[in-house]
Amino acid sequence: MKILVCISHVPDTTSKINFVENDTKFDTSGVQYVINPNDEFGLTRAMWFKEKQGATVDVVTVGGKDTEPTIRKSLAIGADTAYRVDTEPLDGFQVAKELAKVAKDGEYDLIIAGRESIDYNGGMVPGMLAKLIGANFINTCVSLEVEGDTATAIREIDGGKETLKSSLPLVIGGQKGLVEESDLKIPNMRGIMMARKKPLNVIEPVSAEVLTESKHFRKPEPKGEVTLIDPDNLDKLIDLLHNEAKAI
Amino acid sequence: MSILVYTESENGKLKKAAFEVASFAKGIADLMNTSLTAVTINAENVDELKTYGVEKVLKVSNDKLSKFNADAYAEVISQASKKEDSKIVVVSQSANAKYLAPLLAVNLEAGYASNVVALPKLGEGFVVERTAFTNKAFNMTFISTDVKVLGLSSNSFGLKENEASLSEEDFSPELSDDEFGIDVVSVDKNKDKVSIADAEVVVSAGRGMKGPENWEMIEELADVLNAATACSKPVSDMGWRPHSEHVGQTGKPVATNLYIAIGISGAIQHLAGISASKNKVVINTDPEAPFFKAADYGIVGDAFEVVPQLIEKLKEFKANNS
Repeated sequence: MKILVCISHVPDTTSKINFVENDTKFDTSGVQYVINPNDEFGLTRAMWFKEKQGATVDVVTVGGKDTEPTIRKSLAIGADTAYRVDTEPLDGFQVAKELAKVAKDGEYDLIIAGRESIDYNGGMVPGMLAKLIGANFINTCVSLEVEGDTATAIREIDGGKETLKSSLPLVIGGQKGLVEESDLKIPNMRGIMMARKKPLNVIEPVSAEVLTESKHFRKPEPKGEVTLIDPDNLDKLIDLLHNEAKAI
Repeated sequence: MSILVYTESENGKLKKAAFEVASFAKGIADLMNTSLTAVTINAENVDELKTYGVEKVLKVSNDKLSKFNADAYAEVISQASKKEDSKIVVVSQSANAKYLAPLLAVNLEAGYASNVVALPKLGEGFVVERTAFTNKAFNMTFISTDVKVLGLSSNSFGLKENEASLSEEDFSPELSDDEFGIDVVSVDKNKDKVSIADAEVVVSAGRGMKGPENWEMIEELADVLNAATACSKPVSDMGWRPHSEHVGQTGKPVATNLYIAIGISGAIQHLAGISASKNKVVINTDPEAPFFKAADYGIVGDAFEVVPQLIEKLKEFKANNS
């Protein structure tokens, strides 16, 4: 089985979110970049397929040279070959189109992406990619098994779960549940050394069109002071929730 | 052209989210001086849509669509949109709508903006405001395509009544086997419990509860408030609660009317995930917990003392106010 894992290079979840250039660009100063957590769950599941079922695992990202430490980390975790499509990611459709080229050329059986990146939260790349290459698509996937050319997946729905079967090729929008948090691998020294020798291929973009454009950002209004309520006066809380917040 | 809105139903009944997306789509229709059409799939009674400004409903009834299938549903909405020559298609951000929207956008060669929180601005092209960085920022996004797909963040617009006269039309889109490549083997839905996505109130608890055996009072409080239960990341990582309850940046976002956090200190990732909720209550022993800076109402106290009392008081309140 040939697996492609799509990796997005995103600010760490603890990053301070600020903007520069008249609030048109994200302020990257002092920001630590990581593998998008939703992608990392998928990558770790892919490693399981590699260990248990002899799958090969390639990784791909769309981005400039600054994304290379992130994609190298995926090699250190155990991916075989990395691809970087050398263009700035500007919108979900453009990224999906770039990935579609790599996915088509590599004839992958299984393509795993995160359900969304934690920076722009677009939540569209995996689905668009699937549609562009004519593969099946399962979103918010929390469990994935493959036997022969059939995948069995569990998808999270509002208020429950759904079990699905699909033929391959298949695109997954993954998240926590594909593996547990405790299954995530911190690359060891051997992995890091080996990753240096693994191929990181830089690919020219197909220069896909961009359908949406980020104009500018604003931060939420600062929050007012909390109203503290004495734990011995819970009637007060109920009164405030009923009459002021109108929430009960 | 009219604006098209996909109004979701469950077991034949329109969902509350359907009325919110209809209200929002009506707002766009007014801005653009056009009418509003809704498409429903296996919904029985669609009459209530007229309250929220829908003038026409394309009713799709098809047994093959009795279980949700993203590809097939996206195809139905695409065909409805082409039939109506709609330039703007609005969907919710339920798990199913988030699943089908990117497929729909590719079908229609449309630009798609997810997590939209306000009506578009039309001054300099079509620009929508959406959340980004898990609610830590808003992003103004310009959509350049002729056809546009918008996903409305839940509870961001609310219900706006706008009585219209409604006509219903049966609509039978053509579906091929290609749209049914994925087989739904089973659906396991908790019928007795409200989901985090649909809940008006969410009761959430963290490590302060000391162990999974202490969740009974959390469940009971949720029960009194007809609320969904949720939890912090450490609690789901330790296996005290299922992952599906984890709210925060890598879990579920919560945009509810009332969020009650018990024994949750308020890590930045957690606060981001719940910040779109309208009213936040925190109960924590530690007055320095970061959650107090993000909450509207706070109680510095021991959950094991406060929660049982709160349950009793709320029961009294409910008895007197029903």
